[in-house]
Amino acid sequence: MKRARMKRARMNRARMSRIRTSTGRSARARALAGVGLIALAFVACDRGPLAERAGRRQRTLGTGRLPADVQAAPDPPARFGVGRPATDSEVAAWDVDVGPDGKGLPAGSGTVAQGAAVFAAKCAACHGPAGEGQVGAPLAGSPPAPKLVGRDPREGFPFGQDPKLVKTVGNYWPYATTVFDYVRRTMPITAPGSLTNNEVYAVVAFLLAKNEVIEPTAVMNSSTLPAVRMPARDKFVADDRKGGAGFK
Amino acid sequence: MADEQDEGPSMTSSAAGDALEARNPIDPRSARLTRRGLIAAAAASAGGVVLARLPAQAPAAQGAPTSPPQPAGAPPGAPVYDLASVPPDPTRAPGPPTSALGARSPFETSARTPVGLVTGSSLTPLQQLSGTVTPSDLVFERHHAGVALIDPARYELMIHGLVDRPTVFSLDDLHHLPSVSRTVFLECSGNGRGAYRTPKREMTPQAIDGLTSSGEWTGVLLATLFREVGVQRGATWFRAEGGDAARLSRSVPMEKGMDDALIAYAYNGEPLRPSNGYPARLLLPGYEGNANIKWVRRIEVSDGPGMFRDETSKYTDPLANGTARQFSFVLDAKSIITSPAYPGRVTPNKWTQITGIAWSGRGKIVRVDVSVDGGNSWTVAELQEPVQALAHTRFRIPWQWDGRPTVLMSRAVDDTGYTQPTLAEFRGRRGAGTDYHFNYIRAWDVDSAGQMAFRVDE
Repeated sequence: MKRARMKRARMNRARMSRIRTSTGRSARARALAGVGLIALAFVACDRGPLAERAGRRQRTLGTGRLPADVQAAPDPPARFGVGRPATDSEVAAWDVDVGPDGKGLPAGSGTVAQGAAVFAAKCAACHGPAGEGQVGAPLAGSPPAPKLVGRDPREGFPFGQDPKLVKTVGNYWPYATTVFDYVRRTMPITAPGSLTNNEVYAVVAFLLAKNEVIEPTAVMNSSTLPAVRMPARDKFVADDRKGGAGFK
Repeated sequence: MADEQDEGPSMTSSAAGDALEARNPIDPRSARLTRRGLIAAAAASAGGVVLARLPAQAPAAQGAPTSPPQPAGAPPGAPVYDLASVPPDPTRAPGPPTSALGARSPFETSARTPVGLVTGSSLTPLQQLSGTVTPSDLVFERHHAGVALIDPARYELMIHGLVDRPTVFSLDDLHHLPSVSRTVFLECSGNGRGAYRTPKREMTPQAIDGLTSSGEWTGVLLATLFREVGVQRGATWFRAEGGDAARLSRSVPMEKGMDDALIAYAYNGEPLRPSNGYPARLLLPGYEGNANIKWVRRIEVSDGPGMFRDETSKYTDPLANGTARQFSFVLDAKSIITSPAYPGRVTPNKWTQITGIAWSGRGKIVRVDVSVDGGNSWTVAELQEPVQALAHTRFRIPWQWDGRPTVLMSRAVDDTGYTQPTLAEFRGRRGAGTDYHFNYIRAWDVDSAGQMAFRVDE
């Protein structure tokens, strides 16, 4: 390892000295050296974020031998000043996402019983009365609605091993806040965004209770929902793949 | 069931195989029927389709060719070439006139395989593509609530959160900023699920791996936009949201946003197609398709991921060891032989070309090995130059089949030194139930009659 590094450093020194000795010779040699320097600059350009590389490459080109009436491109401005300010109300209207810490949860609340009524009216036609998944024919143009309720298997997390296991809110979803975020923005599939915040809290309460994650008497709101600990919370690991030899 | 059906590819892959069998793409008779149907439909509607008959049959044969009148403001139409009017000798009479848009030869049947659902996919016909670029109208689709149809004049991209200047950019604003073009592939994270979970010998390259496409994208670097809005200290992630009915959302590390992430508005030289994110989408070179939010309308700079549905309950990798890998964005090296392949066949003692595509989300493909003996020995294939990082790379190797049943395989190596794993390695590490990123080595059976079939390992 160390030897390889030293060898590389030696080669670099040799290359640099070749370039140095070639300058100051014939015009042809000087031109070639110029090309070499530009090539080196290109190599240097290929490091770092593309965002910086793009601009750097353009400007570096300008440092080569140019006709007298051609100048290097100027540095881009720190800002181009395009776009218009987003108003607070515009941001509020679109900023509907809810983080795992509960940030973004609106006012309002819902009980399991209220959720049962909302679910029966607006969800059960596709997801089944108890969230067991598509029972009848799916809506035209839509795929069969997935199963939402179920804790099998109670032990372990054998989803990698068993292709027949069905992932549900109760056995797979790591954050309860995700259920709120997803239902509010996408459901029901034929009228996304049509549920009130109270209805969403209620449906989430219903689903969490059916999955035996919360008590049937629990109330979901902006402080209780982020505190719900999902059964699969600890099963997720960071990506450890980095390329190179070996399969992960 | 829930995952596969909701996710699409598993269902669509097998459905795609059936669909291909139903209308065999290499059967000219079915093509003729289809084309006639199309022509009839085109003639019946005034939908801006120009019927390009031969001059001999067209009323304006002697003079300037005319097109049916079009409603004002209608987009220009493409001609529909009439297969039945193809002359026995095209050198003996002038052909159809010039047209506003190009059209394929009536003999060509390349098509995606739509499943007809709003949450589903249509797959790219890999076996009908040459070279490295996917035509715009054959780029695969994966939608979560249908195709968002957006008026570009009303399009807005909002960037807010941990920024100094929350800003709304119009499409015109984006066009005013310095643009970057880059050829990269885009692959759905679930590509290959059907082949892994429910493999069938009658699977085409399209049915196996058609959820990948590659071409030249143009847009503004997200880093340029981030400089406009002034990203604040403590910003580690950004959350991107689509303007579709799913408002599909993903969280992406800030390093990617400051590196090569693009807000892309063009593909292969033309504005994005609606099914691929018109008028603008997020493009994250090398990252799984789902994170490349189409119709992007909002980017929130934040101090952590949103833990959205598509980065928790979906698009995570259950592993054989009882955990699930999360935020596994980068697509590792992969390849597939696209010819010869099912439903094709090979002829003994005749030179043929084994060809296919390889790609890696980590960089350049440096080598593709091809085996014609089931993986016992490998030969280095020729790569089409220039090899571009994060793009489909075409590989080719000449081959003469000796007439004995055998198995063809391809194995890609990228410039990090990563080698495409075997199916056994993949299954051992990820498990039979894993859900995404199926990049193991694909294999094709050749039987004694030369018939190709997707290899189904037990």
